[in-house]
Amino acid sequence: MDKSEKPVGMTLIVQTVTRWLKGPIILYGIYIVFTGHLSPGGGFAGGVIIACAFVLITLAFGAKFALGRVGKLLASELDSLGALMFVTIALLGYVGGSFFRNFIQMANPAPPFRIFSAGTILLSNVAIGLKVGASLFMIFIILAVIRVVEDKDGKMKMIQKKQGGDN
Amino acid sequence: MAFTLCFVLFMVGLYGVLSKKNMVKIVMGLVIMNCAVNLFLIMLGYKKGGVAPILEKKTNLADFLARSVDPLPQALVLTSIVIGLGVLALTIGICIRLYEKYGTFDITEIRRLKG
Amino acid sequence: MNRLPLFVAVPLFLAFLIPVLGRKWKTLPDILGNLATFFLLLLSLSILGISGVYAVGGWPPPLGIVMVSDGLTTLMLLIVALISFAVTLYSIDYMELYTSKTRYYSLFLLMIAGMNGVIITGDLFNLFVFLEIASIASYALVAFGCQHEELEASFKYLVLGTLASTFILLGIAFMYGTYGTLNLAHLARLISENGSTAATKCALGLFFVGFSLKAALVPFHAWLPDAHPSAPAPISAMLSGLLIKSIGIYALIRLLFNVFGFTPLISHILITLGILSMVVGVFLAIGQWDYKRLLAYHSISQIGYVTLAIGLGTPLGILAGLFHLVNHSVFKSLLFLNAGSVEYNLGTRDMKKMGGLQEKMPVTNATSLVGAFSISGLPPFNGFWSKLLIILACVQAKNIPAAVWAVLVSIITLSSFTKVQRYVYYGKLKEEWKDVKEAPQTMRIAMVMLAVCCVLMGLLILPGPRNAVLTPAVNALLAGREGYFNLTFSR
Repeated sequence: MDKSEKPVGMTLIVQTVTRWLKGPIILYGIYIVFTGHLSPGGGFAGGVIIACAFVLITLAFGAKFALGRVGKLLASELDSLGALMFVTIALLGYVGGSFFRNFIQMANPAPPFRIFSAGTILLSNVAIGLKVGASLFMIFIILAVIRVVEDKDGKMKMIQKKQGGDN
Repeated sequence: MAFTLCFVLFMVGLYGVLSKKNMVKIVMGLVIMNCAVNLFLIMLGYKKGGVAPILEKKTNLADFLARSVDPLPQALVLTSIVIGLGVLALTIGICIRLYEKYGTFDITEIRRLKG
Repeated sequence: MNRLPLFVAVPLFLAFLIPVLGRKWKTLPDILGNLATFFLLLLSLSILGISGVYAVGGWPPPLGIVMVSDGLTTLMLLIVALISFAVTLYSIDYMELYTSKTRYYSLFLLMIAGMNGVIITGDLFNLFVFLEIASIASYALVAFGCQHEELEASFKYLVLGTLASTFILLGIAFMYGTYGTLNLAHLARLISENGSTAATKCALGLFFVGFSLKAALVPFHAWLPDAHPSAPAPISAMLSGLLIKSIGIYALIRLLFNVFGFTPLISHILITLGILSMVVGVFLAIGQWDYKRLLAYHSISQIGYVTLAIGLGTPLGILAGLFHLVNHSVFKSLLFLNAGSVEYNLGTRDMKKMGGLQEKMPVTNATSLVGAFSISGLPPFNGFWSKLLIILACVQAKNIPAAVWAVLVSIITLSSFTKVQRYVYYGKLKEEWKDVKEAPQTMRIAMVMLAVCCVLMGLLILPGPRNAVLTPAVNALLAGREGYFNLTFSR
């Protein structure tokens, strides 16, 4: 390899394998999320698998990915959106009668809703999967990638926390 | 017997938290304690030769009630593990920042606050 | 009681909405944060004194999670909403000192959601989950500045707080293993029917240690004097004013009175812890020269008053204890906000370097005077009435030594705050502070608001307001296990 070009990430073998594997891993994670209401699995487990795929990409290709556009989007926007979605489901149940009520199941599912065989549980699993996947990836970034973030006068470096209580 | 082992594990964790000087070892102590409590909780619902607590249409209800393990502690442990994960991530984050600032993991040398 | 879940849902929703939207509009976090706390204030006023049950998800009590509201719940919700509204108002200008308001408000609202959840829940494990949400948010907020001291204090707080949480979780495991239920009211019924076993006593001990750690009662107080001063001033006010009460004292007395049943032994333990906290806290406070650290030690001391009074177990004692709890929330938050505005302008917390700020910061000086008078129990202010009630309750319960200690500690508190006023606000203005300005508008409004509350809340001693606000809370505790069970299973 050319000496002037500093290699980023791991060797070519790892990078190639990662390029092949990242799709199946993410797909498997999504599968786990979407069948969580019928079989073992669910939002948390699936979210962890998805996060692991992104961690693998970061390890193989270096920190550029994590700090790039996709990484930022994943870590900051999706994280909040997942939690927001979960609370929204709870609040929709509240509007429909009771906080956290399983409002889809109750209302005698019309054809488009028949796919949600466990009512809101599937939707909640998707929300939790988003939240867990994004925040675990973000925890990884914060612990492993970002070393020192000194602002002008070292004013602040935020530590993002994960919210407990899902699942 | 198993409960005694849980208790021993808990005490090992407590010992680690109370007597170690290295921050990472303290965090490990906390994790061990948390694991001990989780184990204790999950064992509360355990039955010897029990079946998974999933009710199907053809299941005999009386037999199911006699043999199925208690599902509630499993849900509790899952929640507790998630919470533990959040706390652990935050703790490790703070440890890393402390190491960046002070250059040591020894808590006896991290002593700016006093009084 | 349809409004109960909103106390958790609204702050939780906004806590996650703010990071999504706050990136684009810079003023939005301020607006949403203040709107949220103002909404909670109105909501808590609207359910004041109403008792009821809300079954989450429509599942009835012993199976599902319930939210229970009685006099004590609504009182605590009101005080949480009041203080957090003042604090968010104050944060608008104060948090300009730090970089990320978005994250600040997000964590802040998570903490409020956690505290409200602890207060309204009727389920033991749910209580633990909310307690952890509030605690984790507070650990992160203590470390918000990410400087040496803040990280160190946060680590100390985190280790002890997690230790406490683990103890509480172990206690919950014991309870579930013994009785097979997690619903508080159902537990209360089972305990009173079956009597307590060794496991119950074990769980009680674990809860005692766990919640005392969270409430910083004296043998367990080591984290508080580090954690509270290190946080940003609004967070110090929240931690000292609300957090140690809602996830410490409130949870403890709810479990003791309404689940385990109040016995003479528990009363003795509470009184001992209370007197110890009172005395040790105030003696440690005397020698402090760090403004906020001094206030933090006084928090320990004042929490001791609350514990002592509630530990007496008499109606007058509980009334006095709850009254002092509410009062302490208000005046201690006020004092921390004062300290914050001094720090905002001077950049230091060392009282030896200050002096003569009276002419430069008249509003801060006046409100600080009100707060100091309240905390040391001078007549027209709220602190006087609650301390008077505590002393009367001690005398009525024939516990004269406790009454003497209460009077002595009050006098030492007065001397300690005389020192604060003397070194910070009076005396000669130092050369280096010549062009110090008064705190910005919103910070002044928040401080004046709390100062007015300090004066007005003295009126709670009168029969009318007392019966509307404090008496239902006292009755909720005095109703004991039977009353709590009947309330939860009332439908």
